[in-house]
This record gives sequence, structure tokens and C-alpha cells, in this order.
Amino acid sequence: MAHALEPKATTLAEASSDAPYGVIGDLDPRVRVVMACVFAISTVALTTIPALMAALSAAISLLVMSRLPIRRTLKRMAMMDSFIIFMLVLLPFTMPGDEMFSVFGFPASWQGLWKAIEIGLTANAVILTVMVLVGTMEPVTLGHALHKLRCPEVLVHLLMFTVRYIEVLREEYLRLRGAMKIRGFRPGTNWHTYRSFGYLVGMMLVRAIERSERILGAMKCRGFSGRLLLLQEFSMTRKDHLFVALLSGVCLGLLFLDYV
Amino acid sequence: MHIVDGALSNPVVIGGALAAAGGIAVGLKSLEIDRIPTAGVLSASFFVASLIHVPIGPSSVHLILNGLAGLLLGWAAFPALFVGLLLQAVFFGFGGLTVLGVNTFNIAMPAVLAWMIFGRLIGRGSPVQGAIWGGLGGAFAIAATTLFVAVSLALTGDEFLPAAKLVFFAHIPVMAIEAVLTGFAVLLARKVKPELFLKGSSA
Repeated sequence: MAHALEPKATTLAEASSDAPYGVIGDLDPRVRVVMACVFAISTVALTTIPALMAALSAAISLLVMSRLPIRRTLKRMAMMDSFIIFMLVLLPFTMPGDEMFSVFGFPASWQGLWKAIEIGLTANAVILTVMVLVGTMEPVTLGHALHKLRCPEVLVHLLMFTVRYIEVLREEYLRLRGAMKIRGFRPGTNWHTYRSFGYLVGMMLVRAIERSERILGAMKCRGFSGRLLLLQEFSMTRKDHLFVALLSGVCLGLLFLDYV
Repeated sequence: MHIVDGALSNPVVIGGALAAAGGIAVGLKSLEIDRIPTAGVLSASFFVASLIHVPIGPSSVHLILNGLAGLLLGWAAFPALFVGLLLQAVFFGFGGLTVLGVNTFNIAMPAVLAWMIFGRLIGRGSPVQGAIWGGLGGAFAIAATTLFVAVSLALTGDEFLPAAKLVFFAHIPVMAIEAVLTGFAVLLARKVKPELFLKGSSA
């Protein structure tokens, strides 16, 4: 699904031809979802820098195990950092504590710096683990796994629909943008641009609604009753048990490291 | 606008998760089988719309459009926006996992509020009147979202207060842009498919 961000990445259909994600790809999707949550909760509970460094290293080892393109994945993780960077830069100046240095008379505190590092490490460790364990799944598989984990059926339906139609609607968006471009539209900071984008969004929504009416008709015609029919059976193997044991061990180790 | 893992204190994270679960439950209840495709396709279109970058001066902002989502979906905006945030976190690495509840609440609750306040108004009167109410709804939703983000940060600790204020003021141009875009989107929808909001306001 990442191709929505990076046009050069393969499309959904191509990517599904084989699952090249090494050890991680063989694991039961339910195990991956649950263990990602367990790891996230344990990491958020950590408060010391060494333990958080260890958590980030654990996340990076998972990344290596998954055989994801390391540079691209880390780049995407860094993209999230660009969102939070200004908050982290501000923290030393806004948190009271021992002065480290001062900029234009504003003192920066060590405590603030450590807090900022703490947040940065936690956020990166968790998001990296989530992307490696859950993000490598087919979105549809994620839906099935969530269903097996007793998520409400309607929510899973909603997820599946969203996953299915993101690509369709993105193509429609690109078609509309293409039509605008060919008529000489160039975005800038002006009223014309905002009006055109507003109409673009409005048109996308109108088309989406009309599409959904056709979908509903087609589904009714095939006797849709709100039940999810699952195409995949999941089964826990020895590998899964081993993975659960290992990652739980790592989480406990992290909590212990944090405690001492 | 996304808050990341590790930034918030535990009570805020847990409170946010509970509030989001409640909102999602109400939203799912309001979704009959016949409306699932509509909600799903709209959820996908808001996901795509959030990838649109609109230029503002030398920089650009990406759209959130939670106000418009609320106006069209009502309470169903809760599960729809939750799904969007979940997919963003898992496949794009935006936001975080434990803060998913807080992020969902911060984005979806303003959507529902915008629907409660402005939902009935946009279907009435001339299309232009509807568009103006829609625009106000769009600006209101962003303002409320930034306010909620600021409150979640402020509840965590005083050291985040300046950052929270900065978030709010930095989003004033975003509010203006979302207002204009939502307004024009409503205007177009009112002209092209007038029954859209009449149905939406009774949902």
C-alpha cells in the first residue's frame, strides 16, 4: 500500500505475488498483530535511555530479520520524525531543570533534552516494529487477522472496503489531476487554486458516493448479508510459538533493564 | 497533527483509547449493512484526500478534511477515521500504535461535533449558504482538533504547553484553507448531487 506515498513502489497486485519477508513473513498474522501491541506497550512503559536504546535495537533486529529494504524503511521512519522534530527541539527550552546552555536568553535544560531523546527513541522503536511486523502484511490479511482476533465485524468490513478502494480512488484522483493539468492548472497560493482543489475534493466525494451505490447494488445482487467469508485459515506452528516466546522474553528483559 | 508513542502520559493514553472505543462503538451501531459500502468508500476517499498537498506560500500543507468527513458520515466518522489512522500508522509509519486511541478521538470527535452543529444547516437554503456553513464546519473541526491535541499535550505535563500553543497557532492557516476547500466541496456537491447532504443530515 506504500505506493500511495512512493509512486515507484510496486502496486498491490504485484507485491502480493510472493511474500519475501524472510522469517517474519512466515509467521501467523495474528501473532504478528498481538506481538506488535505487546512490544509497543512494553516500550512505552520504559523510562530509561539504555532500556529504550535496547528497545530500538530490538526493533532494528526485527527489521533486519524481515529483509525489508533497510534504507527505505528507515527513511520512512525518519519521515515521522520530521513531524515531531519541532516539539523535541522545543522541549529542552520549556522543561525546567539544570541549565545546559541558553539561546537568546532562553535556557535549555538537560532534563528537557533527555525527555526529548526518550520520546524520540520510544516513537521510533514502536513505529519501526509496527511497520516490520504488521506493515509487511497484505492489508486484506490484516483485516482477516483482526477478525480472528474478535474485532467487530462491521469495523473489519470498513477496513476491507477502505483498503480495497484507496487504490481505485487514488487513480480517480490522479485522473482528475491529469485533467486539470492538461487544462493548464498550476497550483499556487491563490483563490483559484483553493477553489479548484475544493471542487476536486467535492467531485471525488460525489463520484465516491455514486460508486458506493453501484457497489451496494452489486453486493446485494450477490446476496451480501454482512457476514465475512474468510479465504485464509491461520494456524499456529512451532515457529510462531518460538517467536512469541522470544519476543516476550525480549519485552520482559527490557522491562527488567528499565527497573534496575 | 499526529501524536507519537511515548509523548503522552499513561492516563491520557488510556483515557483517549477508552473515549475512542466508545465513539467507534456508537459509530458502528449507526452503520446498517446498507451503509457499509458508502462509509467504506468515503473512508478511502478521505484517506486519499489526506495525501493531497495544497500550496501555501513557499510551503504546503496536507489536507485533513475531518470536518467534511463528519458532515457526510455523522457518528460513522469515528470508525472511518480510525481505519484511516490505523492504516497510516501500520503502512506509512505516521503516528503510533498506543496513541491510536488519542489520535482517533482528537480527529474524529471534532468531526462528529461539526456534524452535530452544522450538519442540518448545510442541506438548507441556497447552495452558497450551505457552502458557507460547510466552510465554517471545516474550520471548526480543525480548530477543535488542534485544541484537543493541545489539551492532550497539556494534560501530560506543563513542559508541553508552549509546544501545544505553537501547534494551535501554526494551524490557523490550515483552518482557513480547510474552510475554503470544505466550502467549495460542499458547494459543488450541493449543485451536482443535492440529495447528498439531505440524506447525510438525517443519518
